[in-house]
Amino acid sequence: MPLAIHCRDLRKTYEGKVEAIRGLNLSIETGECFGLLGPNGAGKTTTIEILEGLLSSSSGDVTILGRTWKRNERELRELMGISLQETRLSEKLSVRETLTLFASFYHRPRPIDVILDQLQLTEKADSWVGKLSGGQRQRLAVATSLVGDPKILFLDEPTTGLDPQSRRQLWDIIREFQKSGGTVLLTTHYMDEAERLCDRLAIIDHGQIIAEGTPADLIDRLGGHHMVEFEINDNSPLDRWRSLPGVESVRHDDGLVALSVHEPHLTIPALLDALSKQRSQLLHLSTRQASLEDVFVNLTGRHLRED
Amino acid sequence: MNSTPTNSRWSAYLQLVLARLRELIREPEVVFWVFGFPILLALGLGIAFRNKPADVTAIVIVENPQAQDTLTMLQHSPQPASFRATVLPRDTALNGFRLGKYDLVIETNSGGSLEYLYDPARPESVLSRALINDALQNSAGRKDPLLTKAVVSSEPGSRYIDFLIPGMLGMNIMNAAMWGIGFGIVDMRQRKLLKRFVGTPMRRSDFLLALASSRLVLMLIEVGLLLGFGALFFHMRVLGSLAAIILVGTIGAISFGAIGLLTAARAQKIESASGLINLVMMPMWIFSGVFFSYERFPVIIQPFIKVLPLTALNDALRATILEGAPLFAHPSRILIMLIWGAVSFLLALRFFRWT
Repeated sequence: MPLAIHCRDLRKTYEGKVEAIRGLNLSIETGECFGLLGPNGAGKTTTIEILEGLLSSSSGDVTILGRTWKRNERELRELMGISLQETRLSEKLSVRETLTLFASFYHRPRPIDVILDQLQLTEKADSWVGKLSGGQRQRLAVATSLVGDPKILFLDEPTTGLDPQSRRQLWDIIREFQKSGGTVLLTTHYMDEAERLCDRLAIIDHGQIIAEGTPADLIDRLGGHHMVEFEINDNSPLDRWRSLPGVESVRHDDGLVALSVHEPHLTIPALLDALSKQRSQLLHLSTRQASLEDVFVNLTGRHLRED
Repeated sequence: MNSTPTNSRWSAYLQLVLARLRELIREPEVVFWVFGFPILLALGLGIAFRNKPADVTAIVIVENPQAQDTLTMLQHSPQPASFRATVLPRDTALNGFRLGKYDLVIETNSGGSLEYLYDPARPESVLSRALINDALQNSAGRKDPLLTKAVVSSEPGSRYIDFLIPGMLGMNIMNAAMWGIGFGIVDMRQRKLLKRFVGTPMRRSDFLLALASSRLVLMLIEVGLLLGFGALFFHMRVLGSLAAIILVGTIGAISFGAIGLLTAARAQKIESASGLINLVMMPMWIFSGVFFSYERFPVIIQPFIKVLPLTALNDALRATILEGAPLFAHPSRILIMLIWGAVSFLLALRFFRWT
């Protein structure tokens, strides 16, 4: 079985100046939900639009389900559904009319009523798009990409700007599509979305993949699954904490000292001991599970949503 | 729709036309421009060109002992109804003339001779002088050496309104096609809807064809309304066959649609597209004989005016509507429109950006 999505040494240079993508390799299996995680401007949208065949690359090869855009464009369009980062569908058409329009583009579309039901839009079927809430609009955008019964779904920032409930609804829809055998490629700058939804991730920064793997893998690679963060009233050098038992890595983060540790029950008593010995006053202490955010900060020294 | 397992070749095209028409009809501005504007236009023209009795010229006679004799002479002339005479003191009379209240001032001298004060730059003043002079001379017993007979003619077909309505029709076809296609495309591009459509198996030719078709449907309604009003209110005589008129209108609409497509080929923002569309249309509003004949422009620029697509459309519409010319009686006009359309379309295809 061919890979669902495969690209090799993908590069994109805008106007001969800005290098948006600098040598990207991706291999995504059929049935996988793959996430491109990165801050705004990292090259996620450029990457996904090249894979969608909407943007040409400066160099590199792309194959989707063993086909190329050059030779099998129409066939590929039948096989995939896309949702762009920002599409303003016609406000004066109803939900049903919009879906009927998109369905007419495909050779063998799914029944509109089934899609409406699946995306919980049945009640809104006859409302104009202009009257929908943000979450309903986004569900409709995903509905237009599912109506052609695709094998691959491309979603660019599907939940940006949505309330938590709408986000969870969309996650359920994406999981359902995956359960029925579909492949998903999505971009996001929400680490919780990537952690919960994606089987595998590529973290992108400045047009390059800086880490790739399952969410658990990536967190494992930090060395510790837990973060211990504290603040004291003097500035001791960071190296001072590296020698504490169980500490894998150390960094400054917003005035806090953040320790990545694998056994907090060993590290915390030792830390408190050390602090009382040097007569430092503890102003703050907390522990939490390590997240993809920590992976990103560890790799780049920046936060995902710093913009 | 739900029960059909597969879509036919033309279902995308049909749905695109349907969606576009729905969108247009649900937009209040479009409803106004398509349905309200021709009606308002017809009403406005109806008020301006309603059937009036022939203009009465207003003259003033300077008050003096002989003034009453002159007035009596005028009233006994063969056509006393075509003027309205007043006797006023000199200053008031001259002031009234200066303000345009009177077309002519007559002063009778003591010797019986008459003095006309008129303004050669005012056509009604010139006309008034000739008219009044004739009336007075005839009344005084002048015999014309030549026998003449005047026949009245205000047949539909030769009036200004007959000239105007085909011109308005041509202008409306241009406006609707340029805005409908040009503006529509840039709006969809700005909304990323073009990109979204291109991401489906939709054929791009179906999309453009549907955009043009939906506009043609609206054009037919507009043409029908304008011609209907012309015939109903102004007893305009439509000599050409309806089929020929629609065919000429369609060729014009397609040609302007292609020009609209070219203006929208690259623009990313509606603002820049509207500027461009207005820039293209403005010379034609002025030169192409919408409100007045382009024969009034200097001979040297006539050839340039004649190759403008709106000139060709207006001329073809006038020939068809007013003279009943068959479609192929004016091949050069049809050719001009087709060339503009074809060249614009090819250039548009070359430069068009879907994303």
